[in-house]
Amino acid sequence: MTRTPQGAPPIVTLTDAAKHFGPVRALNGVSLSIAPGDCIGLVGHNGAGKSTLVNVINGGLAPSSGTVEFAPAGAQTALEAGIRSVFQELSLCPNLTVAENLRISHTGLRGFNWRKAARTEMAQALDTVFPGHGISTDAPVDTLSIAERQMVEIAIGFAPRGAQARLVILDEPTSSLDAGIARQLLDHIVRFCASGGAVVFISHMLGEIFDVATRIVVLKDGRVVEQRAAADFTRQGLVDAMGHVAPEQADAPAVRAHAHGAEVLRSPEGLNARAGEIVGLSGLAGHGQAEALARIYFGATSSWRTPRAAPMVFVAGDRTRDGVLPLWSILRNATISVLPQIARRGFVDRDREAGIMAEWKRRIGIRTDDVANPILSLSGGNQQKVLFARALAASAPIVVMDDPMRGVDVGTKQDVYAMIRDEAAGGRTFLWYSTETEEVCQCDRVFVFRDGAISAELTGADITEEKILEASFEMTEAGQ
Amino acid sequence: MIRLFTRYRILLPVVSLALLLGATFYMQPRAMSYFGLNLLFNLAVPIALATLAQMMIIMVNDIDLSLGAFVSLVACVTATWLNDAPLVGLLILLVLVLAYAAMGAVIHMLDLPAIVVTLGMSFVWGGIALFLLPSPGGVSPDWLRALMTIKPPFVPMAVAAAVLIAALTHLLIMRSGIGTVLRGVGGNARSVGRAGWPVVRLKALAYGLAGLFGVLAGMALVGLTTSADANIALRYTLLSVAGVILGGGEFTGGKISPVGAVIGALTLALAASFLSFLRLSPDWQVGAQGAILILVLTARLLFTRRDAQA
Amino acid sequence: MKLLQKPWIWSWVAAVAAFGLTIALTQGRGASELGYAALSFGAFAAIVGLGQMLVITLGPGNIDLSIPASMTLAATLALKAMGAEPGSAWLGLLVALGVGLGTGLANFALIWALRLPPIIATLAASLVYQSIAIWSNRGLRIKPPEALADFATGRMAGVPNVAIVAVVLAALVWLVLERTIWGRWLLACGQNLRAARLAGVPVEAVRAATYVAVAVFASLAGYLLASFSGGAALNMGSEYLLMSIAVVVIGGTSIAGGMSNVPGVWGASLFMFLVVSMLNSYGAGAGVRMVLTGVIIIGIVIAASTRRARQ
Repeated sequence: MTRTPQGAPPIVTLTDAAKHFGPVRALNGVSLSIAPGDCIGLVGHNGAGKSTLVNVINGGLAPSSGTVEFAPAGAQTALEAGIRSVFQELSLCPNLTVAENLRISHTGLRGFNWRKAARTEMAQALDTVFPGHGISTDAPVDTLSIAERQMVEIAIGFAPRGAQARLVILDEPTSSLDAGIARQLLDHIVRFCASGGAVVFISHMLGEIFDVATRIVVLKDGRVVEQRAAADFTRQGLVDAMGHVAPEQADAPAVRAHAHGAEVLRSPEGLNARAGEIVGLSGLAGHGQAEALARIYFGATSSWRTPRAAPMVFVAGDRTRDGVLPLWSILRNATISVLPQIARRGFVDRDREAGIMAEWKRRIGIRTDDVANPILSLSGGNQQKVLFARALAASAPIVVMDDPMRGVDVGTKQDVYAMIRDEAAGGRTFLWYSTETEEVCQCDRVFVFRDGAISAELTGADITEEKILEASFEMTEAGQ
Repeated sequence: MIRLFTRYRILLPVVSLALLLGATFYMQPRAMSYFGLNLLFNLAVPIALATLAQMMIIMVNDIDLSLGAFVSLVACVTATWLNDAPLVGLLILLVLVLAYAAMGAVIHMLDLPAIVVTLGMSFVWGGIALFLLPSPGGVSPDWLRALMTIKPPFVPMAVAAAVLIAALTHLLIMRSGIGTVLRGVGGNARSVGRAGWPVVRLKALAYGLAGLFGVLAGMALVGLTTSADANIALRYTLLSVAGVILGGGEFTGGKISPVGAVIGALTLALAASFLSFLRLSPDWQVGAQGAILILVLTARLLFTRRDAQA
Repeated sequence: MKLLQKPWIWSWVAAVAAFGLTIALTQGRGASELGYAALSFGAFAAIVGLGQMLVITLGPGNIDLSIPASMTLAATLALKAMGAEPGSAWLGLLVALGVGLGTGLANFALIWALRLPPIIATLAASLVYQSIAIWSNRGLRIKPPEALADFATGRMAGVPNVAIVAVVLAALVWLVLERTIWGRWLLACGQNLRAARLAGVPVEAVRAATYVAVAVFASLAGYLLASFSGGAALNMGSEYLLMSIAVVVIGGTSIAGGMSNVPGVWGASLFMFLVVSMLNSYGAGAGVRMVLTGVIIIGIVIAASTRRARQ
């Protein structure tokens, strides 16, 4: 069955689709049609509406207005129309084996011998996408590595599952794969589209987008701002279309060439920091930076006792998992770390607590009428400011920051950068892991991580995007 | 390596049971007989069934604090209605199973904490049981009595029944397609729902299965004791939880093993008999059950630690 | 109405309603007797409930199933130590509190060192405590010293002494939760253990202290109950397992952790007694009483969850 991509009816058509969450317009009228043979690269900044768009296409969210139509007349759901999604967060059942996980998404597998059928189909699916993968279909998923789990998930996405996959949506599928495996996936996407399938491919690696996409759709503020054949874009043009905030004033780092104090920290992997220094951790996401920070923090503090003056404080980036105490007010969230310093015989000195809160509300600019309001009434950026206030209020000499600017608006960022420089000038040491190169370039010294180890230490004028990228990627891979 | 680990999980409950059995035989060689085994595992069948019922709930990441009261209620129904008017009795038991399924659906739909809902239900079951049978009494149906005291060749009834129950449940939960999906609900309910499965119905099914096994446990208990009372099986709530954990199950993540659960239940049943052979005063019977529980779980910790290091 | 938004108000409303309905039947006769009995019996539920509340506040999965065993063991050993000798009440109290300290530490040792889920650790440990109680008791029924028995059954200004003890304890718990750093730490742990640890909270110390506190509360309740009822019985604690959880939930404490509700525990304790007396006086049998109790617990959980959903 040879299908001609050109002129085939589209698999899914969105007409002026919008999705509002309360006052937030996550998707603001998007028209898009995806036909067999299309490989769409979907790009946009954080919060541009990518995941909302994906969820509208795969039927996970109903649009607030506009329509979503699936091609084969009669196909009511995205699933029936052969649309599958592979999400960024892992969605396998860890207690089941690889083959059993296929059973979950393949409702048609029935009968006495379904196990054998599942094993065969799963092995085939893995072999097709990732030849030489070495994953046993009988292995429980929780014994696999993260990369292997991601491979299984992608393979299930492309597996026939009783029908045929017609459109596969891949949301950052390569984030935990190494370059060789990622190459296999990209090759498979090209093959899949050539044989009449369609793919929506989301990635922050523009190189990958250019490798596979036939068409690139640029989202900004919930709208499609550009939609052209991939060949018509240049990298710079694409970045400009996304509205990349150009690094404004190039904070001359030379200004900060003041002398640092004695070494206050040294970790087994070779990370070290001096008093008053801002030390950056960089490299690709998930290469061991967060783990290194957690080890340093847990090593310096105890689960059993808290001294009056904490030796180290932590600013979380993953607010829900690591930072916010969701039932509490802004006040209580901000002061939890400083309490041991202001307690009198175990009792909280509430006047001093309120005083500290008022001071930091002013200094860091938390926008609220009343610090007794629940923390969750604040926007993400303001919640993050509260977490900064929590850490900075406790006058610990070392501040550990785990990608703390996620989902923070530009204005807030500038405020916080200034505050960090102030505090560092006052002698505090900062360990700052960031996924954004622009932030890392604010540091005095940068350690670049690759595969859980430090691959480079950059100082002064060497801290540039190119040098960091060089150290982040394994250069020998180019030959593969 | 992976295979070794999965085998380890079931190996530990097996080894603990074997050790305990060996110790019992050493203390009391006469127990090593058809009659002796029957005596040792006398009450094992209802405990095993109740443990499997609890396992169905733990499989979907909940816990059932009402199981003991429910089994007691079933025992009361069995000793009264099922004996006097079998059809009505059967109908009541069917309604009870459906009530369990409905409980699962409500817990899921309203996102209620199962531990509290089942706590409330334990009062409800207990109240109905008191209503049916205000004072101990009732009579086991003859056929049930005959079934529970059957004497198969070579292996005593309790052992044969335990093996049969374990095998059937293993097929249902570990091998069948629907069992796999049910375990998937425990592992990652969101992705099961996203794949198009009706999670509410699956939860109801898991609870319904728990109800079914609870009913079987109550009936088996009455078949052995010949009469019932409203408090007859209250301790099954905690025993069944202990049995599931002893058998290698975990409270979250859908990690359970039906064969392990039955072995865990047998271990608990044997622990009680073992103590009477130790010539320890009967005061320590309960405590020894607790000590054995702690011991086995400590051993498991050592195994998993070593595995994590390897 | 700000008052109506307090999560503890409903248990008090329910308690007052049950009281009113009972009194309505007798046209006001026996009101003070009923109130007195409710305060006496509610006190024991309140003491164990306060302990259970602290543990439940630690977050999902935290629960103490060894409360009945700790109560029985503390009562048995305390009565044995006192041996009905006059003037030994303080010695008995010391023994009871010591038992609580011991069982609490043992529970937490199992949870922490063996990494057992609290539900299974406290269950296994409770079996051992039960055996120790059986062994040390040997079926003897030792009477409490007379002065102690008089205190436990006595009253001050018309209020039962045990109720005064329980109210003082409740005030103490409230003070710790609301005003001290330990209270803040406990509430933080219950909301998000990882975030609490990363904010510098000594989470293991907080957990240990909480498991010790619940056991000490249970032991104190056992000591008072045995003095109140003229001796320790092996099954004296059994009804307090479900009771302790029920009063916490009805009292408006979140089962998801991180939020405690001290007044609610007292309201719920009174309610649990009053609803039984109400059903009694309306002639309901034991079965109906239990069914209704269960229905009320489930109804309150559903009401609480839909209120949460509307917010």
